[in-house]
Amino acid sequence: MIKINNLSVTYQSLEDCYAALDNINLELEAGETCAIIGPSGCGKSTLLKVLAGIITNFDGTVEINDQPIRPSKQRIGFIPQNYGLLPWKNVDENIRLGAKIKGLSSASGTEDIALLLEELGLKGLERRYPGELSGGQQQRVALARAFLLKPDLLLMDEPFSALDAMTREEIQDVFLAVWREHAVSTILVTHHVEEAVYLGRKIVILSVSPGTVSTIIDNPLFGVEDVRNHEDFFQLCRQLRKKIKEDWSK
Amino acid sequence: MNEKSTGLGYIYGIFIVLAFWQVASALVNLPIIPSPGVVLENLISVFVPKIAIHGLYSLGRIVAGVFLAVLIGIPLGLCMGYFARWDRALSPVVYLTYPIPKIALLPVIMLLFGLGEMAKVLMIFLIIVFQVIVAVRDGVKSIPKETYYPLYSLGAGVADIFREILIPASLPKFLTSLRVAMATAISVLFFTETFGTQYGMGYFIMDAWMRVNYLEMYSGIVVLSIIGLILFSTIDYIEKKTCYW
Ligand SMILES: Nc1ncnc2c1ncn2[C@@H]1O[C@H](COP(=O)(O)OP(=O)(O)OP(=O)(O)O)[C@@H](O)[C@H]1O
Ligand SMILES: [Mg+2]
Repeated sequence: MIKINNLSVTYQSLEDCYAALDNINLELEAGETCAIIGPSGCGKSTLLKVLAGIITNFDGTVEINDQPIRPSKQRIGFIPQNYGLLPWKNVDENIRLGAKIKGLSSASGTEDIALLLEELGLKGLERRYPGELSGGQQQRVALARAFLLKPDLLLMDEPFSALDAMTREEIQDVFLAVWREHAVSTILVTHHVEEAVYLGRKIVILSVSPGTVSTIIDNPLFGVEDVRNHEDFFQLCRQLRKKIKEDWSK
Repeated sequence: MNEKSTGLGYIYGIFIVLAFWQVASALVNLPIIPSPGVVLENLISVFVPKIAIHGLYSLGRIVAGVFLAVLIGIPLGLCMGYFARWDRALSPVVYLTYPIPKIALLPVIMLLFGLGEMAKVLMIFLIIVFQVIVAVRDGVKSIPKETYYPLYSLGAGVADIFREILIPASLPKFLTSLRVAMATAISVLFFTETFGTQYGMGYFIMDAWMRVNYLEMYSGIVVLSIIGLILFSTIDYIEKKTCYW
């Protein structure tokens, strides 16, 4: 269970302060997924960095299972917007990094890695370095690293942004399969309304400058079989678009 | 294909040097510049009985000096790059001592450590260590802060950060600094080997000169430059193996 209370973040530049997030309140049940939609620059990445324990200087409280955020105690899978791969590690080493830092034995993961590589379409790229991969391939390596870790909390910053429409749908299903298996609490940032409706049990709309929560929607269609072809799905996406337009123009 | 072309490059380089040498010796036409053919002939006959031992001594001193510089320079540079407090405390010291021509310290070092091996190794150490410290420190400082995020979110400790990020990220800059410092180190070693020892390329070359044995002197110079070639190509090789990305 994740509880965010009155979270505010200000960035300190050389001269001035800049409020990136203002008074965010959000609750997420354990095992729930939550999609965050917001205009560019509204503080979505900032919110994820707080949850990942990277930004530690904030006002308010953020708790995972009633504990303050402590990356060394909790297992957090974080996919930053720039994928967060280390350029001097090849694909295999990058994927194993999370498990290595967490001290999981490498032998037990080998089977999982083979499966993940297969599912994410990364087979045959194990020895390549990030500099030798396309953006979408790098993104999938980042996903593999996060999934392998079997985290308690999965944070994904626009995790499918670099993928073509077809691959994107496939990888979304890979994510859902992983989510079903481990029921990992997930927060993902997206700019796609359809993606939010497909992957978010909760959908949170943020509005601009400084970022505040403008609407939280409980998504009735989450997890429905083959929902992408239902009339309801299109309906909900349409409604959501309208809502977002209203919220952002306020 | 790449290996082959570096090999070709070396052969090409050797050929150019030999050609210039040949032209110079033909023009001057004095025993002070013998032709490369004669020198190579002499080198082949005296290398094993006379020169090899001196070459090994010189090589050993360089390796020892580099080893010491790495042992002290890399950890210091990493800590100064990563911990702002180390940098604030140590940078002034480094900046004050770095510009001192190390050769000017030679008399002091010889007084303190004698004329033996220690002084010679220390000189090489002093020349290389500053370059290494500054290069590694700047290498660490130039790592974008986003690079650390995945490790922070995994709750990585300082040891993890050193191993997974700081060391690999600063390695290319370290090797470059080693390359830059190496040439100076070899010249200064040559100088220090001209006294207080019976072994080393410096001794051999100066001794041959005193004996007016120009052939042996040039053989020594050739060996010295081959030692340089070996050192530089070793650094290149390590770079290719570890900094492929
Ligand atoms: N290190 C920083 N220092 C100062 N300001 C920052 C810093 N990082 C982000 N900001 C500012 O904070 C605001 C929120 O940034 P953030 O990266 O969270 O936006 P975002 O919602 O993820 O945008 P996008 O959709 O474009 O990724 C932006 O206006 C940005 O300019
Ligand atoms: Mg962002």
